[in-house]
Amino acid sequence: MENQIKIIIDGQEVLTEKGKTILEVARENNIFIPTLCHFMGADPKANCRVCTIKIHNRMMTSCTTPAADGMEIENNTPELNDIRKSIIELLFVSGNHFCPTCEKSGDCELQALAYRYQMMVPRFPYDFPQKKIDSSNPKILKEQNRCISCKRCIKTIKDEQGRHYFAFRNRGNKIEVVLDPDLGIEISDELALMAMKNCPVGSIIYKEKGFEKPIGTRKFDKTPIGS
Amino acid sequence: MSKKITIEPVTRVEGHGKVTILMDDHAQVKETRLHIVEFRGFERFVQGRPYWEAPVLVQRLCGICPVSHHIAAAKAMDVIVGAGNGDGLTAVGEKMRRLMHYGQFFQSHVLHFFHLSSPDFLFGIDGDPALRNIIGVAQHHKELAVQGVMMRKFGQEVIKVTAGKKIHGTGAIPGGINKNLSIAERDSLLVGTELLNADKMVDWSLAALEFFKNYHKNNQSQLDNFAAFPSNHLSLVRKDGALDIYHGVLRAVDAEGKRILNDVDYHEYYNYIEEEVRNWSYMKFPYLKHLGKEKGWYRVGPLARLNTCDFIPTPLAQKEFEEYKSYTNGKPNNMSLHYHWARLIEVLHSAEVIRDLLNDPDLQNEDLTVKGKKQLEGVGVIEAPRGTLFHHYKINEEDLITMANLIVSTTNNNEPMNTAVNKTAHAFMDGQTHISEPMMNAVEVAIRAYDPCLSCATHALGQMPLEVSLVGPDGRMMDQKLKNG
Repeated sequence: MENQIKIIIDGQEVLTEKGKTILEVARENNIFIPTLCHFMGADPKANCRVCTIKIHNRMMTSCTTPAADGMEIENNTPELNDIRKSIIELLFVSGNHFCPTCEKSGDCELQALAYRYQMMVPRFPYDFPQKKIDSSNPKILKEQNRCISCKRCIKTIKDEQGRHYFAFRNRGNKIEVVLDPDLGIEISDELALMAMKNCPVGSIIYKEKGFEKPIGTRKFDKTPIGS
Repeated sequence: MSKKITIEPVTRVEGHGKVTILMDDHAQVKETRLHIVEFRGFERFVQGRPYWEAPVLVQRLCGICPVSHHIAAAKAMDVIVGAGNGDGLTAVGEKMRRLMHYGQFFQSHVLHFFHLSSPDFLFGIDGDPALRNIIGVAQHHKELAVQGVMMRKFGQEVIKVTAGKKIHGTGAIPGGINKNLSIAERDSLLVGTELLNADKMVDWSLAALEFFKNYHKNNQSQLDNFAAFPSNHLSLVRKDGALDIYHGVLRAVDAEGKRILNDVDYHEYYNYIEEEVRNWSYMKFPYLKHLGKEKGWYRVGPLARLNTCDFIPTPLAQKEFEEYKSYTNGKPNNMSLHYHWARLIEVLHSAEVIRDLLNDPDLQNEDLTVKGKKQLEGVGVIEAPRGTLFHHYKINEEDLITMANLIVSTTNNNEPMNTAVNKTAHAFMDGQTHISEPMMNAVEVAIRAYDPCLSCATHALGQMPLEVSLVGPDGRMMDQKLKNG
């Protein structure tokens, strides 16, 4: 019992154990907190900030904040949901996301969150950045227009020796995630497919399989995110 | 005094266009032009995209017949993934695509006849504009309006079960299809409800034909002579000469029925067809190379298809086809308003094909795709509701599209529509100094017969108010009328 703590999320008392993040506790109790960069099994880095919550009137990221006894947490509030929506809008305007022709549509977490938070028109002006497609790898197409630099692929797609297939290149607003051209040439089908699946948007595409999944069977077709 | 009359935009067609008519000093029509004034440029921005994205991307050209572009692009991609030249798909792959295509044919033709054109027949070309629209049809001919709405809905439902959704689905993929037809989906269309089932669609298609034939009987002179002119006709036909809107060979006949393009392989369309650019329109002017610009232009669409094919491979439509052909003694039909007659025969044919396909057990097969040795170039051609549709793509070694050429159905009809406008302008405006609303509508009726999709043809889309101006030779505005779309 020493390990047991009690936190309150949106007025709901939740009993849990020490050592867990607020996001983990919320998920164990079927309380939805949106995420984009977080990936189960990989260290959280709080890149995307979509999981922002309020603890005792202070903004924190739930994926990196350990739950502590007596915490009172605001999660599903108009203020926080608007902040989350604004982050999603920023991601849309800082890339070139054309859902109608994207093969990840219906399986895309960014799109699903935009629907959840009812994004109609972003409140920010579009950047229309000049981005490229890297299609030089025989299995993977890297669509930089859609990348949100969440690092999921960098963290989770590794070979048996722990070498990363994906890495950051450049800095600041020119930063981009790229596939190592030498290591990437040997990537297995299994890892290439996993890279596409782990990508929360349509930036990593397993080539020549586009639109094989019919409408109606995609991840969020019948079950909106967070439901 | 010479004048310039502008009709902008043309109403009750898909897309945005305008007409200018130049009158000479003696109030005679001197020159006419149908301008397509908007530009979208899909051929350019599909470049650099992965090839498997093309069928989903290019269908955004249009919201009325996206399935046409979807399937034409998919057929081109079939070639690229080594799935043969249009006849190499699995049975379920080809038949699901056919079902999707005939579903869209049905709904698009129905939309055109009931929603866009029937007001002209029911209320007259010179009828009250306040009534002469789909709302007027709903108010005064409720049963017909319900039929139109339900028939279109049926076509849309066929598209939904094959493409995943009614507009802009994803069913056709390179090498085949991404789903088969479940028994539940089949029964929802085959048995359906009292007003929404395959048999009902056949019955209503027959009724629509009867309606038109009766109208024809009472207005024979108008329908036969309005914007009638001789022309060549081009379409796909099945190798045995049957009407086939999904696959076949290219055939063209002249105004007398002589073959001028004899069942050639559409993959080499560029050896037979050339496009001319004129500086006053964003829509090109295609023509048959060997006949040249002056004599090589041709019509496409329902009228052309029934002029090129030898027979229709479904019994009820074949019977109607025989009656239709006998009206011109087996010769090609060159009467613009008979597009409507031909279109309704195709509606019946589509309803029959859909019913047959729904009963085909191949649609429950699971071998959805086939692939072979990859190619770097592919051509896909189909008969869209409005006519022959060409898609041509080249890709690089990294699977990205480097070239796209689309010759859209309406583009093929550019010269014929201009000719129809010219004929109508002469008939209605020669000697006139004042523009009346019926005169404006007559020009539109001529264009409307071709069911143009101007947005597809130029990659433009828009609402269509109408503006007509009379301009004197000194550029001074003589008369102007406006109406909102």
